[in-house]
Amino acid sequence: MLALFIVISLGAAFLISLFGRKSKVFCDITCNISTFALFLLSLNSLFVVRQYSTVVYKIGGWIPPLGICLVLDGFSAFMLVTLNLVSFLIAIYSINYMEKYTDKYKFYSLFMLMVAGMNGVILTGDIFNLFVFLEIASVASYALVAFGVEAEELEASFKYAVIGVISSSFILLGIGLLYAYTSTLNMADISLTIAQKGFSSVILFVSVLFMAGFGIKSALVPFHAWLPDAHPSAPASISAMLSGVLIKVLGIYSLMRIFFNIFGVTEVMLTILTALGAISLLVGVFLAIGQWDLKRLLAYHSISQIGYVVLSIGLGTPLGILGGLFHLFNHSIFKSLLFLNSGAVEYATDNRDLKKMGGLKEKMPVTSNTSWIASMSISGIPPFNGFWSKLIIILACVQADRIGLAFIAVIGSILTLASFMKVQKFAFLGKLNTTLDKIKEVPVSMRLSMIIFAAICLFGGLLLIPHLMEYFLKPAVNVLVSGTEYAFTVLGG
Amino acid sequence: MSVYFLCLVLFSIGLYCVLRKRNIIKIIIGIAIMEYAINLFFILIAYRWQGRAPIMAQGREILGMVDPIPQALILTSIVIGLSVLALLVGIALRIFDKYNTFDITKIKRLKG
Repeated sequence: MLALFIVISLGAAFLISLFGRKSKVFCDITCNISTFALFLLSLNSLFVVRQYSTVVYKIGGWIPPLGICLVLDGFSAFMLVTLNLVSFLIAIYSINYMEKYTDKYKFYSLFMLMVAGMNGVILTGDIFNLFVFLEIASVASYALVAFGVEAEELEASFKYAVIGVISSSFILLGIGLLYAYTSTLNMADISLTIAQKGFSSVILFVSVLFMAGFGIKSALVPFHAWLPDAHPSAPASISAMLSGVLIKVLGIYSLMRIFFNIFGVTEVMLTILTALGAISLLVGVFLAIGQWDLKRLLAYHSISQIGYVVLSIGLGTPLGILGGLFHLFNHSIFKSLLFLNSGAVEYATDNRDLKKMGGLKEKMPVTSNTSWIASMSISGIPPFNGFWSKLIIILACVQADRIGLAFIAVIGSILTLASFMKVQKFAFLGKLNTTLDKIKEVPVSMRLSMIIFAAICLFGGLLLIPHLMEYFLKPAVNVLVSGTEYAFTVLGG
Repeated sequence: MSVYFLCLVLFSIGLYCVLRKRNIIKIIIGIAIMEYAINLFFILIAYRWQGRAPIMAQGREILGMVDPIPQALILTSIVIGLSVLALLVGIALRIFDKYNTFDITKIKRLKG
């Protein structure tokens, strides 16, 4: 069953690039059906994890330390649901949105390649395989950022590609050193070997390489320069995908898997993570507040929200990890929704500059209401999901006796609220700008996907009810808390 | 030991080239150098002094063979490197169409 996640998405990419040139309807149908199937499978994986806790699929029947294996545990199931939910809703949105670009089939096939790469990163239990899938996803995303082939998009894509290649080189070098040290590539086996040989300076060097490599992929602050160029330049559905899941899967997931489950987390590592998180949180939100380009503002907010996730997981306590993972899920929902809103505004008015908008609420009620929900959610206003995860993060900071971090989290939240008040005021409220008399609400598939996202924002807090938490968040938290026991569960089962 | 060190020097030359050069084509060449340095590093890990190819044959004992796994990995990584390089060159050509220059100090419409 685990191989299906990769097979379906790769197969869809292949079919679309083969037959998609002829008919657009075929592309729409294939992409939507396959993402929907992936979503159902990932929901099913939650129940599988509940029942068996860890499932190992041995490709070709080779036993784990020798062959490549796919591992499904609580953390992977959690990430799979997040990824496939977002990609399914974005596929619905793209049916109408991508009409304004030519060559829709190329878009869909790159999109499915990216989904395949991310599914592979989440599921694989082999560290070189992780690198291969990571490259599949990133190469597809370099191409997708340049999809419009305008001057700015090419520039952003080149910048993104160069920085991305540097980060992958670091990761590959780290994998090489790790292989030389442990002479195995299986992640569980690496973890066992390191535990036997003890900590040495090689591991320290490899940790630095991985921290830099995956830090660039997840755009933590000293490594963030590519993100505010690359994310706004892509088509809106891809911006949503990049900000919503790509930086989390390639960056946060791999980082956490390697540091928590393979190396075994140390006090120094946690300090570095919290420090990086706190810096990203503040720098991201300060840079965001002065932006006038709607999508650029959202991109800077991605940096700051990723800061929340890393800060909270870096606390290392179960409550902190719970808050971080829950915020990761919530952020992928509301940030995708905000990017889709900005795409809808751009679709209707052909414009991203906040100064030239105004009063869109009369003309585009669905877009403005959903974006209001998402803005309230990202700034942490009570009934929405963002509030609950930020509340847990702040509580976790207080519980771990880190009042300073809690204070930073609150400041970040207030500044986020301020900058989204600005978006609401200039874009949606106020008087209608006279140049925008003729605009219309966006087509039905875009509206449908935005409404579903908004509903998840509204009811996301319900995931904290103990019974639902047992299925969705608890197993993921347990995997990270149990740390290097990962090796025994994988090799034993 | 000195071989590994030289390999690291090659990697650093590539990194320097990517970070310091202004011409897009030179940046791409720097990326290629970095990739080759890493590929070389993998092969060096596998290498044994006077080792032979790890091919099993009937009735022959194999002593001191080189490690085959990094060689298999490098095939994959070369293919990935090639695809990234092709994409970068493609983007560079399109950039030249739009901006009429390869100088990155003149290609800066994105700010903020």
